[in-house]
Amino acid sequence: MLEKAIQGSALYWIWLLVLLAVIGVGFFSYLTQLDQGLSVTGLNRDVSWGFYIAQFTFLVGVAASAVMMVIPKYLHNHKAYARMLILGEFLAVAAVIMCLLFIIADLGQPQRLFNVILYPTPSSILFWDMVVLNGYLFLNIFVGWVTLQAERKRVGPPRWIIPFIYISIPWAISIHTVTAFLYAGLPGRDFWLTAVLAPSFLASAFAAGPALLILLAYVIKIFAKWDPGKEAIQSLAKVVIYAMLAHLFIIACKVFTAAYSMVPDKLEHYKYLYFGLEGHTMLATFSWVAISAGVIAVITLLFPKNRQADNILAFSMILVLMSTWIDKGLGLITAGFIPTPLHHMATYVPTQTELLITLGIWATGFLIITVLYKVGIGVRKEIESG
Amino acid sequence: MNSNRRKFIKIAGLAALGWSICPPLAGARTSRYKRIEEGLRAERWAMAIDTAKLTQEVMDRAIAACHELHNVPKIENDQNIKWIWVETFYNLIYDQSHPFLQERQLPVLTLCNHCDNPPCVRVCPTKATFSREDGIVLMDFHRCIGCRFCMAGCPYGARSFNYFDPKLFLNEDDMNRDFPARDMGVVEKCEFCAHLLDQGERPACVEAAEGALFFGDVRDPDSEVRQVLRERYSLVRKPKLGTEPQVYYLI
Repeated sequence: MLEKAIQGSALYWIWLLVLLAVIGVGFFSYLTQLDQGLSVTGLNRDVSWGFYIAQFTFLVGVAASAVMMVIPKYLHNHKAYARMLILGEFLAVAAVIMCLLFIIADLGQPQRLFNVILYPTPSSILFWDMVVLNGYLFLNIFVGWVTLQAERKRVGPPRWIIPFIYISIPWAISIHTVTAFLYAGLPGRDFWLTAVLAPSFLASAFAAGPALLILLAYVIKIFAKWDPGKEAIQSLAKVVIYAMLAHLFIIACKVFTAAYSMVPDKLEHYKYLYFGLEGHTMLATFSWVAISAGVIAVITLLFPKNRQADNILAFSMILVLMSTWIDKGLGLITAGFIPTPLHHMATYVPTQTELLITLGIWATGFLIITVLYKVGIGVRKEIESG
Repeated sequence: MNSNRRKFIKIAGLAALGWSICPPLAGARTSRYKRIEEGLRAERWAMAIDTAKLTQEVMDRAIAACHELHNVPKIENDQNIKWIWVETFYNLIYDQSHPFLQERQLPVLTLCNHCDNPPCVRVCPTKATFSREDGIVLMDFHRCIGCRFCMAGCPYGARSFNYFDPKLFLNEDDMNRDFPARDMGVVEKCEFCAHLLDQGERPACVEAAEGALFFGDVRDPDSEVRQVLRERYSLVRKPKLGTEPQVYYLI
């Protein structure tokens, strides 16, 4: 099937070259980081995780959200997803690979990465995150490829693949739960120290992932001339609304707990996140953009007419992505570190090198998505043209 | 000929497998370690800091002694390294302070608490940071992958990361050759001078502070530390977190 990836239009190749160029820039920035250490980042003694770890967290959610199509398709026989499911699975593959790259980019001693396997430490949640992420990557490549191959041969998926599909459902939940546990189990970080962190991660993930998928579906419709189906997109849009409502609700619950209890250890973080501390209000501006974008998207989509209009739906999905990305990709990590455990104000702004490396990894993800989608859609077209 | 080669490869393969699983098969000697009984031993090391005796001069001396001994680089930005440093009493113990407390702005020394229940050890994915039997929390600079999970896990801000190559900030001639300089990209922190204790000496900061810091076995009722804890009122940082810090502040 892979041969389909090397047969494409000029536009396809130009797009791949553009992505490769961005990856190249990212790679050279990474060489600088390897040479000069993480001193080239905006990270510091107080805010010791930043943009890389935030992207990682956001993308674990995108990866996990494939389950929002797997459950209806395999547990409820929701036929509308039959044609599009492969897109969800391949998106998960690309997202997990980006996650792993972001983790590596964040390490101070990346050449010692395999110490995590050499000295396995079950007490560390990071150890378990490695286990579940790699397992999920394997499951999605495996299930996606085997089912696609079966379809190409015009037969149903082999029976032995079914257990892997069923396992992939709780496994998807587990990757984002374990990722939330990275933060939620730390005694001194009150912003993260909440039982609602894993559920809130899942809620925002199930909004962000399907939103991205809907946008990708529109891109495919335009550039690959293949329609994933109106019903599939409409079903996904409903998932986005429910998930986004749950996400906003959980934010409100967290804010209430901090604001009404007025316990300073919790409240200070929310003050920083939404109003800024000691004049540092940049993150607060972003936070309000996130809240507004989320609320506007939900209100818009609650009306079926809006949902069914492609333009409005696509625009709302951009708002949802913006909202959830700011929430996890900017706010979550930084606000967890500020104020510091010693009640000092600290700052963190990603540097240019950091942004270029981040962009390079995103481009890698999009390259993987492009190639995998080229194969997946190629096979689909082949089947549907009889 | 063919079957001979085949046999040879088979045996060589099995032998390699055997030796890699159990090296003594190849005649490799398993080394025997001797326990050196010199040095200071305790069931549980702890420190008590007499906040009343901490003059600026005493604190500067303690910091200088520590940072020189351990080749801690002086970096003048927020990507710096600190093993022992000065904070106000309020910043250290804000959860047990109030606005009218006399000592609120008092400068106090702070360092790793060598917790009995250390979150940094719990979260480390490679056991690069670990608790010794006598409670000292140590770092293996050669195993650390630089993920900085321990820094997020530490509720006391006691850990520093080598964002830079520390050698850039160290003068080759002034470096202490008896303690390793770190590589770029690993985490470090106070070690209660475990290497000095093993040689029979007390921690550098304790020696330098001349009576402002007490150090000893907190499980031994007759130790100096226990004696001052009996006589004076003392606090630990963030006791509600259950980390059981072993650095006590005498008020």
